[in-house]
Amino acid sequence: MTALPARLTLSRDDRPILIAACFIVAILIAGTAYTWQRFGSAPLLSPNYLLQQLQIGAFLGIVAAGMMLVILISQIDLSIPWTLTAAAMMATAVGGAWAIPVGLAVGLAVGVINGLGVAYLRVPSMIFTLGVNAVMRGLMVAHTGGYAPQTAATGLMRNLASGHSFGVPNALFVWLAVSLVVVVILQRMALGRYIYAIGNKEAAAYLAGVDTRGVTVICFALCGLTAGIAGVLLAGYSQKAYQGMGDPYLLPSIAAVVIGGTHILGGRGRYLGTLIGVILIVLLNSVLSIMEMPEAGRQVIYGGVIILMLLVYGRGERVTS
Amino acid sequence: MADNLAIRLRQNFAFLTALALFGVIYALYQVAHPKGFSSAVLVQNGNEVFTLAMVAMAQTVPVLMAGLDLSVGALMTMVDCFASYLLSGAAEGTPLALDVAGLHLALGTLPGGIAGIGLGTVICLVIGALAGLLNGAIVVYGRIQPIIATLATGAIYIGIALFLRPQPGGKIDDDLNWAMTNSLGDFASTVHIFNDGAAPWFAPFAWIPTPFVLLVLIALLVWVPFRRSVTGRTVYAIGSAEGAAYMSGLDINRAKIAAFTLGGFFAACGGLFLAIQTSSGNADIPQAGAYTLNSIASVVIGGTSLLGGTGGAIGSIFGALILRMISFFFRIFDIAPLLQPLFEGIILLAAVSIGALRVLRVRNTLELFR
Amino acid sequence: MTAATGGQFLVLSGISKRYGGVRALENVDFACERGEIHAVLGENGAGKSTLIKIIAGVVAPDAGEMRLDGALRQFPNPAAAAAAGIVCIFQELSLMPDLSVADNISILSPPRRFGMIDSRAQRRRAEALLAEVGCEDVNPVLRVRDLPLSRRQMVEIAKALGQKPRLLILDEATSALTRADVEKVYALLERLKTENVAILYITHRMHEVEALADRASVFRNGRHIETFDKGARSTAQIVQLMIGRDIATQYPAKPALLRPQPALKIENLSWNNRLENISLDVGAGEVVGLGGLDGQGQRTLLLALFGVLRGVTGRVSVNGRAVRPGSPARAKRREIGIALVPEDRKTEGLMLPMSITDNLAIASLPSLSSGPFVDGTKEQRAVDAAIERLHIRIGAKTDAVSTLSGGNQQKVVIAKWLMTEPRIILLNDPTRGIDVGTKQELYRLVRELADQGAAVLFYSTDYDELIGCCDRVAIMYDGRILRELEGDELDETNIIASALNIEAGAGTAGAIKAAHG
Repeated sequence: MTALPARLTLSRDDRPILIAACFIVAILIAGTAYTWQRFGSAPLLSPNYLLQQLQIGAFLGIVAAGMMLVILISQIDLSIPWTLTAAAMMATAVGGAWAIPVGLAVGLAVGVINGLGVAYLRVPSMIFTLGVNAVMRGLMVAHTGGYAPQTAATGLMRNLASGHSFGVPNALFVWLAVSLVVVVILQRMALGRYIYAIGNKEAAAYLAGVDTRGVTVICFALCGLTAGIAGVLLAGYSQKAYQGMGDPYLLPSIAAVVIGGTHILGGRGRYLGTLIGVILIVLLNSVLSIMEMPEAGRQVIYGGVIILMLLVYGRGERVTS
Repeated sequence: MADNLAIRLRQNFAFLTALALFGVIYALYQVAHPKGFSSAVLVQNGNEVFTLAMVAMAQTVPVLMAGLDLSVGALMTMVDCFASYLLSGAAEGTPLALDVAGLHLALGTLPGGIAGIGLGTVICLVIGALAGLLNGAIVVYGRIQPIIATLATGAIYIGIALFLRPQPGGKIDDDLNWAMTNSLGDFASTVHIFNDGAAPWFAPFAWIPTPFVLLVLIALLVWVPFRRSVTGRTVYAIGSAEGAAYMSGLDINRAKIAAFTLGGFFAACGGLFLAIQTSSGNADIPQAGAYTLNSIASVVIGGTSLLGGTGGAIGSIFGALILRMISFFFRIFDIAPLLQPLFEGIILLAAVSIGALRVLRVRNTLELFR
Repeated sequence: MTAATGGQFLVLSGISKRYGGVRALENVDFACERGEIHAVLGENGAGKSTLIKIIAGVVAPDAGEMRLDGALRQFPNPAAAAAAGIVCIFQELSLMPDLSVADNISILSPPRRFGMIDSRAQRRRAEALLAEVGCEDVNPVLRVRDLPLSRRQMVEIAKALGQKPRLLILDEATSALTRADVEKVYALLERLKTENVAILYITHRMHEVEALADRASVFRNGRHIETFDKGARSTAQIVQLMIGRDIATQYPAKPALLRPQPALKIENLSWNNRLENISLDVGAGEVVGLGGLDGQGQRTLLLALFGVLRGVTGRVSVNGRAVRPGSPARAKRREIGIALVPEDRKTEGLMLPMSITDNLAIASLPSLSSGPFVDGTKEQRAVDAAIERLHIRIGAKTDAVSTLSGGNQQKVVIAKWLMTEPRIILLNDPTRGIDVGTKQELYRLVRELADQGAAVLFYSTDYDELIGCCDRVAIMYDGRILRELEGDELDETNIIASALNIEAGAGTAGAIKAAHG
């Protein structure tokens, strides 16, 4: 969190990142071995392919970035599926120059509501965000009549999601921008220190004069905002918004954060780990689809990988007092 | 003695509130329903509620230990798919075989008729308990937090479900379907007991929907003995103060594993019933997710604290009933179907935020940080 | 293999235990007999708690052996020790707050019927045990959470009794008890003595040792110094054994008595029936102590001043200006400038897994930042200065603060607050669990801070500290300030007398009040 350790031994935070990175390499090797045997080629190692994977990963990556902030303060946000969808639907409904700002505003607003509920009403975040998710779903169903909205994504949205600049997908630039903001917050701002402090021991942070409630609201607001960004981008990528578009992002984002070494109970973790976690999940998915693994096998492997990695990272302390 | 009663009422305040809420809502529902207070309506209610109630019971046990089980919906779905093979009740028996990776493994034949159905049921319950055992083992010996361990095992269970039923299908014995999803009278006549349901002493009970009876039986014969056993109490102790529980010499590991195993068993009951009710097996991922999340809501509404140590599975049953009731209401009040999810969401949010009132009374801010 | 009555029941030989770099116990030989009350004395950090944890099976020793009744034993967990008849009552209670008293008392092997717990028999058992410790008024159906702390401790004792101990260990078990309950515990221990139970009694309070102990053992810095019989050593000699030097040289000199302007003026402060009409002044340059029995509102007062409590009535002024610190965040700001060193450094003062730098800087980040960004250089300089000023012994600044010894951890907590340059410093029992050397440093520091103009409010459970460090001591009882002692009046007799004042004077009403804490 502060200076790099001067010793050669890996800190507890770095080990998962290294292991995850090794695993990514292992996946690529295994996949290439398969494709070599099957097709006589190694598409997995081509830059085009990797860039395309990263582009797909950008959506998950942006969501995971926000989720990480919330997990770091020992909370969780189960409302991102429908916050994402609502942001997408509102953006496409409004259209024009206001599309993106509206989408982002929706995400931000939901995040603030989550934050207020958790910080001031002290409702456990698990259940409050669950309720908010249900409300957002209700609002969107009522708004759209249950069908996918007919309105289309704006040109800018499509460009951001699918376009390229200098040969690199634009979505990656957005992901990069989000990542920079998160890293700056966690490493260079007092806010980042407060986040880690609260995740470690909220009582101690509070008694040290940290505005724990304000920080909580900010974290949830940022998480909602990233969900909004992802929603806008996803709508651009698919050229429109559709029901349930946010559902596939909830559990994988949590998994990515945890695989990256962030402790599920908060207080520990580096953003680089979340990045690696996202890449790992995306690559795993893609390799499995090249292998034409049916969905059943994919789910089992996905679950097995998470458990395996957590076992390897080193387990929690035994509770003795 | 009266003092003790008052004390007990106060200790179970959250549960009693849920109970009262349910009573009021259900009464209103029956009054407003055009065919209210009729057996048909009760049967229908029972069918729609049973699976969620079981999944909510499954979720209650880890929550009591201040943990969470994100795999309950997936586990239920997996057993649902298993049941669609094992409960076909074909007279000549069901051949079982495993087809994986090009290999064909014959597993024997399930006997036909009632014996087969009985055996199939037992197998399904054992599978559920084993899956719960796996959850517990990973949490205890892997020392991985329950929420993330069960997130992963949930994926595995849904994968198995998908493997069993890539497409919805399968068959459930018709008699079984009829007997389980109707009233006791129908059950009796199908199974040919109590003079095919016509016995005079049986008449006052014939109208009771079978799902409700099953629910009560499982609660009384499984949950209550568990709760009052030393292991069950250890579960509450762990949720209340795990360190103190260890210092007191309690066997923490055994209790945790037992808790997850029991959860698996309950979820399996739900899966069995769902298969029987829908007469098929369906590896529906969104539905599994919805069940998991609704089970969490049911647990909270039913008065069990997410912080552990207080509450119980019976409260969660009422929590599930209350949740389901909301959609029943929509039907009878003819609320625009498009607005139903919105109302559901608002009510859910309000219900779980009621606990926030406690916060307003706290005078020492440090108490808020547990 | 039973030992004859009066033979050595528990024998420890060569026991050693290390925690990281800290030697908690070193080559300890220790023995105690049945039918005696054996007091274990020593400063915080002397190794008493570790000794007890080893005997009770909570931790395993690195070296050495333990013999119980002549047989070599090693307990892998508390359950095994309990099965052998060793029951321990720790400071941190082993009760589950959400379970009932009856459940807690019979938590391990409850009476059963048809495989399920027999609640009625359990309740009767609880009633019997509670009666034995003289607490018939506790309803076994109640949840432990709903009982006051002194009652909880009695329940803990009843629970221990129910396990039929052959060796009963009490680790500061009377610290939260009311006077009446303390008497009941004494009576209970005397009775157990006649039943041939071996009793180990850890305490800080000399008068308890004099009242109860047949033999006493002194520990210092992880070593067993000496064991002696009742009456063989005077209090002064015992203290000398405990701290290794004279009391008098411990405390820095106090300046001549002056009454400076009150930097902190408290008028008629009340809260929630726990604090009643408190009025107190603390001047810039003064060290004012809070004394009295445990749990009379001293900690609560400090929390109220720091903005942690809601619904505080009364007036608090800093440098003449009325203030209302609604939260610690506001209290620490320049305009008010209050700092609180909290009671429990592990859960309230520090984020243990985080680095020393992070822990030090956390309270003063606003002044170490330009805008929202932390100025890394400024931070490092301030942190270095703080480490230097308090002589905090560390490995590297990036080490986790959990690697430090208790004394150094407490220094980090204090240094953290000094970095905010506070006007008013509230100290909540700051030397608890700290080694002797660090304590000395802290006393000097407190005086130094006062000399530099801070107003210090110092709560301590140690009379000697209050006498040695404070210019004035306000004795609290039942949420009120009974008396302020200063100058020649400030001695142990007066402190104790004032702390117990209400009971000595008043009649039944006072006694009943005392009995209910």
